[in-house]
Amino acid sequence: MDRFRMIFQYFQSNSESVMNGICGLLALASVKIYTSFDFNCPCLPKYNTAYGMGIMFVPPIALFLCGLIVNRQSVVMLEEWKRPTGGRKKDLAIIRYMCSSIIQRAMVAPIVWIIVSLLDGKCFICAFSGSIDPEKFAGFANLTQMQTQLLLSKVPCKEDELMRNNTSRKAVSRYLRCWSQALGWSILLLLIVVAFLARWLRPCFNQAAFVQTRYWSNYIDMEQKIFEETCCEHARDFANKCILHFFESMRTEIKLRRFNMPRGEEEGEGEADHLRGITDQEQVNKLLKTWYSGKPPLDVSQTIPRQPSGKEGACTSVPWGDTVNNRWAAAQKANVSRQTDV
Amino acid sequence: MDKFRMIFQFLQSNQESFMNGICGIMALASAQMYAAFDFNCPCLPHYNLAYGLGILFVPPLVLFLLGFVMNNNVSMLAEEWKRPTGMRQKDPAVLRYMFCSMAQRAMIAPAVWISVTLLDGKCILCAFSTSVPVEKLGNLSYTGLSEKEMKRILARIPCKEIYDGQQLIPSEVAVRYLRCISQALGWCFVLLMTMLAFLVRSLRPCFTQAAFLKSKYWSHYIDIERKLFDETCTEHAKSFAKVCIQQFFEAMNKDMGMGHPHLPEKTPSEAGEEKEKLLGITDQGTMNKLLKSWHKCKPPLCLHQELFQNRNGWAGESQPLGPVSLPKREIIAYYSRV
Repeated sequence: MDRFRMIFQYFQSNSESVMNGICGLLALASVKIYTSFDFNCPCLPKYNTAYGMGIMFVPPIALFLCGLIVNRQSVVMLEEWKRPTGGRKKDLAIIRYMCSSIIQRAMVAPIVWIIVSLLDGKCFICAFSGSIDPEKFAGFANLTQMQTQLLLSKVPCKEDELMRNNTSRKAVSRYLRCWSQALGWSILLLLIVVAFLARWLRPCFNQAAFVQTRYWSNYIDMEQKIFEETCCEHARDFANKCILHFFESMRTEIKLRRFNMPRGEEEGEGEADHLRGITDQEQVNKLLKTWYSGKPPLDVSQTIPRQPSGKEGACTSVPWGDTVNNRWAAAQKANVSRQTDV
Repeated sequence: MDKFRMIFQFLQSNQESFMNGICGIMALASAQMYAAFDFNCPCLPHYNLAYGLGILFVPPLVLFLLGFVMNNNVSMLAEEWKRPTGMRQKDPAVLRYMFCSMAQRAMIAPAVWISVTLLDGKCILCAFSTSVPVEKLGNLSYTGLSEKEMKRILARIPCKEIYDGQQLIPSEVAVRYLRCISQALGWCFVLLMTMLAFLVRSLRPCFTQAAFLKSKYWSHYIDIERKLFDETCTEHAKSFAKVCIQQFFEAMNKDMGMGHPHLPEKTPSEAGEEKEKLLGITDQGTMNKLLKSWHKCKPPLCLHQELFQNRNGWAGESQPLGPVSLPKREIIAYYSRV
């Protein structure tokens, strides 16, 4: 149980590994769906190719879209892409990094499906049994065009009465299966080589920028999660205070001694801390709108007083990567402004 | 058991992921129900279509409604929709958000049923066996069969044991044909659903993101407020009951005129504490009034009176005091956390 709890905590803490876990689950689900799917080749001349190719390519598209939907980071990336600039500049490198990592993870399940179906061979046999050269196989050589087509399209169906005792059917079937498996293994080999090269050669190109973009993309993800959690906490305290106040206002309508006002004040102070000064509907709406339209700059070294009217455009937009220089510049500015304010 | 408890805790920590968990369970239940269901095609000309399409569409409807019933946010939505406005205005955007998120989750189990049914193929085979194109797949000129007779024979295709039209059209050919079409429809349906889900999820940040954040926050707030109110009322009822019983015993003691009255079980400080928990609501009439008022006239979403606690015992006015002094103090309180 302890191990299980540790695994849960580990997965929850690092969102990248959560995404990897989901990606793995989707790949396993893809294999399971393929094995439980009852493949049913129509064995009719024009339908075979459509069915075979359809089963090979339509489920991968659906799995790819599933992979994008299930990945929380895709929404985070879209929000980052579409947000107004506000106090924080946008860095396209981060968006590109997030996009590529999302697409890489989403591609795993479709590729697993395609490779499994090629290695299995049924789709390939169904789709291409009508396209082979009948001269190569004894049983199909001396027939009219139409008859050949008809017979060849029945090759995938072992139980069909025409094909039941046909030895050439097995030959065609083996031939197509061999091609299908060769194709499957080649694709697998190619993909693994590409993945290996990409991972191995990446540190040779621009490693510093890569480390930066990876940090900031993790940061955006964390920030989004923590904002949601903070909103939940805030809503909880807000509701708490609202209800207590409601009870108290009922009380003051009937004349009773005030016995818990001192206690209420202390509690009020403690809870007001949690509420962080946001205590009515208009303020909450304004906070949420400002969070969207003007994210704060990435600088927590000192509290730079904002313009009270919230002029987002006038804020100094601090770009993502350049914090060190800007912190120094902002510190200078803050010192000056603090002096003038006080 | 410990594992289950941990899974429950993990799911419950985030309310949305709890709802997602229920969604997943219903989807699995839907697939399991289909597998356990004993499909039984009637193999009669007009009944086939009705049975097949009925099995294809009626259970999804039931599952959709069940999805709404099992979602306990439905009563929250209905309450919020029907309450009198009182001091708190209603926001239709919040109601729309709540309804949309519930409908989306309720749609998953029916979609799973329809996909599994189409991919399996039995329903379409049963429903459309009389519409098989015999001229393409079989021997139409087999005998001079009337249309009715042919339909009767074709209707028996799903029932292999009683099929007698092997010369007209072999049953395997017809079954393969119909199953292929059914599976193609099934995969197209799956693709369509995932594409819709993808579009809905990805287009939202491009439009109305600020309004979305607002609706999400307030719908969570309404849910939490309702739960906290129920908890507060329960605690209050408990304290009320305790004090009531205590007073009853004391009254009994006095009535019986004992020489020295029995000391109450609780020490005076504890009795005082219980009374404090009552928050000043100490009789039935006031409690009824409070509950009625909670429904008829919810308090405004404004806590300014908390921070500027005045001891005059004002009864919940909605205007904050001293609007000019407010903003500065709020900014200090807010940014000191940063």
